[in-house]
Amino acid sequence: MLSVADLTMRFGGLTAVDGLSFQARAGEITAVIGPNGAGKTTVFNCVTGFYRPTSGSIALIHAIGARFALERMSGHRIASRAKIARTFQNVRLFAGMTVLENLLVAQHNTLMAATGFGVLAVLGLGGYRAAEKAGMDKARRWLDRIGLLERADDPAGSLPYGDQRRLEIARAMCIDPVMLCLDEPAAGLNPRESEALNRLLLSIRADGCSLLLIEHDMAVVMRVSDHIVVLDHGQKIADGTPAEVRADPAVIAAYLGEDEEA
Amino acid sequence: MQQLINGITLGTIYGLIAVGYTMVYGIVGMINFAHGDIFMVGSFLSLIALLGLAALGVTSVPLALALTLIFAAGLAALYGWTVERIAYRPLRGSFRLAPLISAIGMSIVLQNFVQVGQGARVKPMDALIPGGIELMNQGGFAVQLSWMQIAIVATTLLVLAVFTWLVTATPLGRSMRACEQDIRMAGLLGIDTDRTIGLTFVIGAALAAVAGLLFLLYYGVIDFFIGFLAGVKAFTAAVLGGIGSLPGAVLGGLLIGLIEVFWSAYFSVAYKDVAAFAILILVLIFRPSGIMGRAEVEKV
Repeated sequence: MLSVADLTMRFGGLTAVDGLSFQARAGEITAVIGPNGAGKTTVFNCVTGFYRPTSGSIALIHAIGARFALERMSGHRIASRAKIARTFQNVRLFAGMTVLENLLVAQHNTLMAATGFGVLAVLGLGGYRAAEKAGMDKARRWLDRIGLLERADDPAGSLPYGDQRRLEIARAMCIDPVMLCLDEPAAGLNPRESEALNRLLLSIRADGCSLLLIEHDMAVVMRVSDHIVVLDHGQKIADGTPAEVRADPAVIAAYLGEDEEA
Repeated sequence: MQQLINGITLGTIYGLIAVGYTMVYGIVGMINFAHGDIFMVGSFLSLIALLGLAALGVTSVPLALALTLIFAAGLAALYGWTVERIAYRPLRGSFRLAPLISAIGMSIVLQNFVQVGQGARVKPMDALIPGGIELMNQGGFAVQLSWMQIAIVATTLLVLAVFTWLVTATPLGRSMRACEQDIRMAGLLGIDTDRTIGLTFVIGAALAAVAGLLFLLYYGVIDFFIGFLAGVKAFTAAVLGGIGSLPGAVLGGLLIGLIEVFWSAYFSVAYKDVAAFAILILVLIFRPSGIMGRAEVEKV
């Protein structure tokens, strides 16, 4: 479970997130929505260690009880210890590496540990071969799941856009995350790809991974989310199930622009 | 023909150093000006090891060379790691010029450290592997291929083969390439980017130390200042080949070696460095991305 309490992030004089508190329950898909500039991506950046929040706390509690204070951890520890993975609004694959290598990079820590941090691999010893094979198998399982198995050895940059987006999600899943954070995964997808994405997200949830989602595409949000948090000007204006949020007057006002920005 | 052989030998040494420049540039985007001095330190370490082994009574030349290689590469790697740790890592994330200035400082520190520790005089060493094969002899013009040159080129090829395998086929190499392409994303996938950068410096320094040993064997004399010129030429090689590209660095090294040797043979020895740097300027003007470099695409 992810628990955000009183999170505030200021950039100079601009307060991007202002005293935000919400919870994302384990095994659910939580969507963070709101108009442009509402502070959604800033929240994400705080959760994944890209920014250090000005104040407030972000805690991730694993099912087995381990608790991580994310606001004090560096980005790579959040990924390797707390097991939170994320994607960005724009595709950030390693374009020059093959599709398969992209998935192997995400398993770097497991593989490095098996190689005795490089030393044993050079000597050809240890459980390295077994670990490499397990890593390959996992990568191939994911490629099969997103339908890219036959493109495993092509450069990631040569894939069509929709495939790149799904590959990014698969890569994030290769770190075995407890929570997957997706920043506008449906952006730029056509309706058919968007439908495939919905199925992928639901199947990831079925695997027991929680999801935190920023999304503009309401069709995706309303279909897949269990719980929606609505932000406007860095503050939470609504929090609840899709049906509750859709009926909330504050949300309608923010989206239809019944305020000074209209 | 003779010049071709000499040029290739010299070129492989430059290539080994250039790989270190290009690797560090690829990942951190900075020119490690202390790299040439790591090469010089590696050269001195080799000399110390060789003399030490001789004093200990190790007479087998291949064994002595192998031990020296391990000793020099290992210690130089430690130097490389230390330099990165104390001079560059604290500056990561500050403005672009800061690590560059720090690198120049580190270069001066290393030079003076060796000068104070080892003296400023030129250190000579006897040729370890004498002799060679005469490939052809036409009217008094002999084309010599010395065992030494064969050993140098063979060592370089072996080291580069191991290095290529390391970069393309191991998890460490994969994480290095990932950091090169998108270091923040690599961090978010759980890769300890600081450690990866440190290891990059370590590998680069080890390669430079190998080059240092080969340089010592080839020329037989070293002093505390060799790192500067060799470093700048290797840097030229890296730029010529396309900075950031590993095969480019080796190719650039070979070209610089050949240019230098042919120039000294047919024009004037005094101007050989001028020729090498004129190439650098021409490359920077006409093809800034180098022979095998890819053009920078600014991300929006």
